[in-house]
Amino acid sequence: MTPRQKRMVLVGLILAGVAGAVFLALTAFQKNLLYFYTPSQVAAGESPKDYTFRVGGLVVQGSVKRSEGVTVRFDVTDGVATVPITFTGILPDLFREGQGIISIGKMNGLGVFEASEVLAKHDENYMPPEVGEALKKSGKMPPTTYKDYQK
Amino acid sequence: MIAELGHFSLVMALMMALLQAIFPLWGAQRGVALWMAMAKPLAQSQFLFLLTAFVCLTASFVNNDFSVLYVAEHSNSSLPLYYRITAVWGAHEGSMLLWAFILGLWTCAVSVFSRSLSDAMLARVLGVMALVSIGIELFILFTSNPFDRIMPAPLDGNDMNPLLQDFGMTIHPPMLYMGYVGLSVAFSFAIAALLGGSLDSAWARWSRPWTLVAWIFLTFGITLGSWWAYYELGWGGWWFWDPVENASFMPWLVATALLHSLAVTEKRGAFKAWTVLLALFAFSLSLLGTFLVRSGVLTSVHAFASDPTRGLFILVFLGLVVGGSLMLYALRAPMVKDNARYGLVSKENLLLLNNILLVTAAASILLGTLYPLVLDALGLGKISVGSPYFTAVFAPVMAPMFLLAGIAPMFAWRQADASRIFQRMWPFFLASWVLGIGLVAVFLKADDIKAMAGLGMAFWLASGALLSLYSRVSLRANAWEGIRSQSPSVYGMTLAHLGAAVFLVGAVLSNQYSVEKIVRLAPGESTEIGGYRFQFNGVDEVPGPNYRAKEGSFQVFKGDKPVAELKPQKRFYKVQRNTMTEAAIDPGLLRDLYVALGEQMDKGAWSVRVYVKPFIRCIWLGGLLMMAGGLCAVSDRRYRLASAAIKQPVGVVAARRT
Repeated sequence: MTPRQKRMVLVGLILAGVAGAVFLALTAFQKNLLYFYTPSQVAAGESPKDYTFRVGGLVVQGSVKRSEGVTVRFDVTDGVATVPITFTGILPDLFREGQGIISIGKMNGLGVFEASEVLAKHDENYMPPEVGEALKKSGKMPPTTYKDYQK
Repeated sequence: MIAELGHFSLVMALMMALLQAIFPLWGAQRGVALWMAMAKPLAQSQFLFLLTAFVCLTASFVNNDFSVLYVAEHSNSSLPLYYRITAVWGAHEGSMLLWAFILGLWTCAVSVFSRSLSDAMLARVLGVMALVSIGIELFILFTSNPFDRIMPAPLDGNDMNPLLQDFGMTIHPPMLYMGYVGLSVAFSFAIAALLGGSLDSAWARWSRPWTLVAWIFLTFGITLGSWWAYYELGWGGWWFWDPVENASFMPWLVATALLHSLAVTEKRGAFKAWTVLLALFAFSLSLLGTFLVRSGVLTSVHAFASDPTRGLFILVFLGLVVGGSLMLYALRAPMVKDNARYGLVSKENLLLLNNILLVTAAASILLGTLYPLVLDALGLGKISVGSPYFTAVFAPVMAPMFLLAGIAPMFAWRQADASRIFQRMWPFFLASWVLGIGLVAVFLKADDIKAMAGLGMAFWLASGALLSLYSRVSLRANAWEGIRSQSPSVYGMTLAHLGAAVFLVGAVLSNQYSVEKIVRLAPGESTEIGGYRFQFNGVDEVPGPNYRAKEGSFQVFKGDKPVAELKPQKRFYKVQRNTMTEAAIDPGLLRDLYVALGEQMDKGAWSVRVYVKPFIRCIWLGGLLMMAGGLCAVSDRRYRLASAAIKQPVGVVAARRT
């Protein structure tokens, strides 16, 4: 092979490799994007049916109920609508009533969000940005005592 | 008073950095020896001022000076002295000061250990590092001054974040920053070479040990971070593809590519322009990491307490650094000519493939990390990219990487004899795969293709590394002489490749065969998992310095034999009123036993998380082996002797513009 042909072979290999990587990345992307929905959007039926997504809001005071095993049920709200959530497992240490949380999972047929993961952030004054925005949009940003409430 | 002294020192450091940027760079361009000579003393005095500032902040923490806002927010008088020192970099302002301090340390190190550099080159390197310092120091002074006072001073502080009150916090951030910031040296060498127009193998030889040291720290920092997350966060995972982890992993991937590419540039004079570009990318990704963590654009476990003006500042700074350096590259790189010739089948081309794969991996991680941010900024919705994306993309890119890394060390520079190498290697290739598939089929699961592929590749990589070492050694008359005659960098490469193999074994086996159970246990009850029986013996109250804890007591049995006693805690920190889970782990090379307390339920029962994780220690052992390989390579006397020998020709080389 002439040097030129060699170079073309190499360039061809590289292009094939990059094309493969891009293809992999894009297919993986399609499957693994998690969209965020507010409780109002979920209540309005805008959330997907058989697809994992994220929902977030404030945990409603007094809504946390434990069953016999390690399953917990609670509601989250953005001030307009609430979504009931069930979760089987151990909640994060910073999970509290009134706290902003995000959970990942799917809606089941009964209108209950089955969470596979619940996230509460470890800065106690911290509100997940998505949750803060959802609350602002609904005009129900929790009272300025949010911070005081934590203490 | 101490805080004001610290503030003043920081301003002085900025002044030094300004002078250190202006005079040496200008002097190097104009050929004014006196101005160039100012670089060293200025760099060293900048470092002294940064050291003073850092010591002042530490002193404020040690003395519990709560009139300093940052101390009041992040410390408390009941915090043990050890954590009061760690708290210095426990939050934003202090960790930026640590960043600046470490940059000062690297700058000072370059000024001390680069006696062999030509005056113009050294002046340019230090000048460019000063430009980076100026950016960071302005950032600290204008947006995140740790020395700000609070009036009136509170009686006591708000305490350190309980999650960070741990040994991991003491060592992980400094090590990681040493790596991150250390890449600025390679960056500055690259910019200096572009400015001076002297892109040759001498440049690669100077840059190589510095890049290697930064890479060692980065490897260590990431390994530590992974280990810390594993035992501290209480979910038993070792890597979460969290955006902040990605922020440290991308520079690591590019720095690894850079190390391999520097070897080609130094030894063969090829890939010159590409190596420079990698050096620019590696540090740009470090800065991007800082931006991601510090600007608050991310929803992440690391990104707490952040503020948008800071983000804007870093974004502008990032734009200047990346834009400026790429512009300089675009102007200067076309002048660089690679005159090295090499065949299709050669070590050069295999290393090129290695580089392409590593950079592709880094790019796909970058895509997954930045895409949600871009979409959000454009108002197209809030999404996040989950870890399945990263595993789906990362594994197929890394698989050919591991396969090639097994055979690459056997290839010769310029032109390799492929058929001889294949003849030599195929029994090892076959044996690795038979062993990998056989072990999994016999001991684990007959149809577990992932584990088989993982083990096969790990054995192949390890056998390739050892075989290449053996064939180098056997060139000599006898074994002893062969072993002695090898350069430390050969051992370094062998160790690092073995480390990658060990890591792969750990990652694959722990991911495929970890078992997890979340159960409700009352005192006296027990649960079976992975051949072990965990018996819960109840919970006691235990006091701590600034917390009180509920400590569970577990006995673990294998059959009837007790193998471990585990005491996980649930801590309640009094000042921040936070609860923290402290997992209890019985470590072992072959398996870890892991227990974490969940929540208290009725009748003294607790929800409990139990794991058995096989071979998980291999993950960090692999990281440490890679690091040891780096240490081995950097101890190569060639870097010191060669730099002394090169002293004379340097002027000639620098003068001859390519």
